[in-house]
Amino acid sequence: MRVLFKTDYNQDIKFAKHSGYVFWYGLLLAGVFLAPMALDTYWINELTRVLIYALAGLGLMVVTGFTGQVSLGHAAFMAIGAYTHAFLLTQGVPFFVSLPIAALTSGVVGLLIAIPASRMTGLYLTIASLAFAIVVEDVVIHWEGVTGGNRGMAVDPPMLFGYEIFEAWEYYYIVLVLLIMSIILVLNVLRSPLGRSMLAVRDSEISAESLGIRVAHTKVLAFLISAALTGLAGGLFAHFIQFLSPETFGILLSIQLLLMIVVGGLGTVHGAIYGAVLIGFLEATISIMKDWLPPAIGNQPGLEPGLFGVILVLFIIFEPEGVYGRWLKFRTFLENFPFYRRNTFKRQRSYLKTERMR
Amino acid sequence: MSFFEIENLSLSFGGVKAVDGVNFAMEKGEVFTIVGPNGAGKSTIFNMISSFYAPDEGHIRFKGEDITEARADAIARIGIARTFQNIELFEHSTLLQNLLIGREIHNRVPVLRQLIFDPGVRRAELEHRRKVEDVIDFLELAHYRDERIANLPYGVRKKIELGRALCVEPELLLLDEPASGLNPEETEDMGFWIDDIKNDLGISVLMIEHDMSLVNEVSDRVLALNNGCVIAEGSAQEVQNHPDVVAAYLGGAA
Amino acid sequence: MAEFFQLLVIGLSQGCVYGLIAMGFVMIYKATEMVNFAQGDIMMLGSFVAFTIIVTWGFNFWLGLLLAMGVMAVFGFLVDAVVVRRIIGQPQFSIVILTISLGFIFRAVAGMIWGQAPLSLDTPFVGTSNFGGAVIGHDRLAIMGGTVAVVSLLFLFLRYSRWGIAMQAASQNQLAAFYVGIPVKLVYSGVWGLAAAISCVAGVLLAPITLIGPLNGFLGIKAFAAAVIGGFGSLPGALIGGLIIGIAEPFAAAYLPEVKNIIGYLIMFAVLMLRPEGLFATIYQKKV
Repeated sequence: MRVLFKTDYNQDIKFAKHSGYVFWYGLLLAGVFLAPMALDTYWINELTRVLIYALAGLGLMVVTGFTGQVSLGHAAFMAIGAYTHAFLLTQGVPFFVSLPIAALTSGVVGLLIAIPASRMTGLYLTIASLAFAIVVEDVVIHWEGVTGGNRGMAVDPPMLFGYEIFEAWEYYYIVLVLLIMSIILVLNVLRSPLGRSMLAVRDSEISAESLGIRVAHTKVLAFLISAALTGLAGGLFAHFIQFLSPETFGILLSIQLLLMIVVGGLGTVHGAIYGAVLIGFLEATISIMKDWLPPAIGNQPGLEPGLFGVILVLFIIFEPEGVYGRWLKFRTFLENFPFYRRNTFKRQRSYLKTERMR
Repeated sequence: MSFFEIENLSLSFGGVKAVDGVNFAMEKGEVFTIVGPNGAGKSTIFNMISSFYAPDEGHIRFKGEDITEARADAIARIGIARTFQNIELFEHSTLLQNLLIGREIHNRVPVLRQLIFDPGVRRAELEHRRKVEDVIDFLELAHYRDERIANLPYGVRKKIELGRALCVEPELLLLDEPASGLNPEETEDMGFWIDDIKNDLGISVLMIEHDMSLVNEVSDRVLALNNGCVIAEGSAQEVQNHPDVVAAYLGGAA
Repeated sequence: MAEFFQLLVIGLSQGCVYGLIAMGFVMIYKATEMVNFAQGDIMMLGSFVAFTIIVTWGFNFWLGLLLAMGVMAVFGFLVDAVVVRRIIGQPQFSIVILTISLGFIFRAVAGMIWGQAPLSLDTPFVGTSNFGGAVIGHDRLAIMGGTVAVVSLLFLFLRYSRWGIAMQAASQNQLAAFYVGIPVKLVYSGVWGLAAAISCVAGVLLAPITLIGPLNGFLGIKAFAAAVIGGFGSLPGALIGGLIIGIAEPFAAAYLPEVKNIIGYLIMFAVLMLRPEGLFATIYQKKV
């Protein structure tokens, strides 16, 4: 059982709160950087996919997990990032200029959406985000000059300083570094006033306002950061799948992102990562399972979303804190052994009280 | 010109006149209490001061400035902080985070710098932390610092709400039923804290309260409300013995 | 002129369908303050169930419709009783995610039971009539007539029956409703059942026009937009919102074909810009 002695306020601000952090996360970082040496191309690609999902999920987490604004249309930001990036590449813009521009474009669109959205109640915002995703998909289909419409658009491999990134491991490192930078950015936000404002807006808009927080302003900033991160993931995704078409970024992807952050653990950075790992694992498992199942079930186009649905339902009912929440409970068990009490995390029975007032 | 005044304030909800031509003024450095039976319009007045509702008529003036039309998020900046009748803390955050959020109006660091968290941002954070620790010491909340609000008992949460409002460093503190749900010892402690807030911190207090022992203990002046109208004003004793007030609480000839 | 009238009728009938689904959605929201994102998929299931009863088992249409409504009512009731009830009191997004997931499950199961190929359900409303040059299908008239019937019955039920009042009480303060003896859980599940039955009617009326398939549930998204336009918490608003979107679509298809798929959402965005609460909203403010 670790007893933490705090002697300095900096200890609460630092990322590595105690030596355990340094050890375990150091190990993780080492493992993740050395992985390509030990794995073959297939697994490196799978890992890259997980990293890209994690980045997209991180973006969604900022707006849904931290600020409490549920977005059902985040795939649209991936689409914007992906198509903008791919288009700029065809115009000769270098990779490391095009990618940030794509992320920024996505961020700006997020900002524009957020300005009216921040005035809506949470529920309307959710429906509006769904509508937004549908509208974006429609725009992609119709704007053939830029996106190639339904016929799709091929994406060239990235060129860095004249050197073409061809190998799986080379791309893996690019994605990894960008993900780590994004995580640091989000962690910085969480430990500064903006992050606290987002949490405040999520938990009680009314008292946030009474403390001087500009709620609409905070939501808009959250959307900006969220859309930019997800757009960046979209740009990276474009190279990964090498061919863009409108169906790639449909509602299934939006739900997948939501699934990731809910099952991973809503409201935590860990949750986005765990969720991405889980989804990657799930996708691989489903592909394998399809061969084993009878055709009536296995060949269904609705099988994957249906299975996602079942998993989400089970998690929402039985473990709303997600995989990360379950891990925290387990860790508490280990830390307090043998004094762990089963009811430490018992949920209170809650009743519905209306939020409406006429 | 008083420190804080309410002039002819009125608000109706549909057919019900919740607040009807209320007038009062309070001076700097005093503890002013509003009493009245349930439904008298007390919290509604607070909600109008906080700009959650807009009054149909009347004005609210703070240090001479008309704040009736001010936006809800500007009220804290103007120097008024409040607590809520049904605690509105940020449930999923720790006590420390709740209090730090109270420091928001003192935040000067632009967002871009927050994203990179340069040493200047860190220094500002440490400064906020020091201020918050002063409040934690004042309210004796040190051992709960890292607990999530959801895990804390009701009496402690009430103190935390008070603490969060104090972190704003207001000139006027609105307390909505600070003693509701507290046992006699906790109520007495609350009384001591309100005294300390007035005497040591120099903050003026406008409060709504039902517990007459607390009202007698701390109030400089009291206002009694019934059905949205003022029925008595004066010292705590005067108001309690006023026939209209007795009738309102205990029932009597209409 | 005749073309205008024709487009109008098509629009109105489509709008009625959106309106019926939106009303089911808003009804659940009004009573339980929960959003059911699976309402469109429940409509889809309703039309499949009706297909099985009427076409596969050969029942008479009207009897079959009533049976299907009954089955769906029980189904809706069970969905609430078994699944949704467990997350009462949790924040809004839990319910949003839960119901979206349920929609996915319904879609997958429907595909497994009935297959992906569109099925056709014949209703007694065949043929067309001629109104001054405009050719109007009887199926479209049936949709509008059916909607009027459903709405009237619903109005009477909610206004004059004890259950309607009980639903309102349970929605405003659940704990208090428990205290006064309202069987809150039963009332909530009852609302779900009622909403499911109404959506079943919508699904059956729609069948001659779009054929029945598992993806029909996506119609529900437009119904949500309709509910937003009308303003949540308002049943007539939901219907009107549905009519607005429904009328806009065929006109957009005729004159502005690029936006015909998204015109409903564009209208929703426009409404939200001008009136963020919706057209007939109840006011939302957490009482502190």
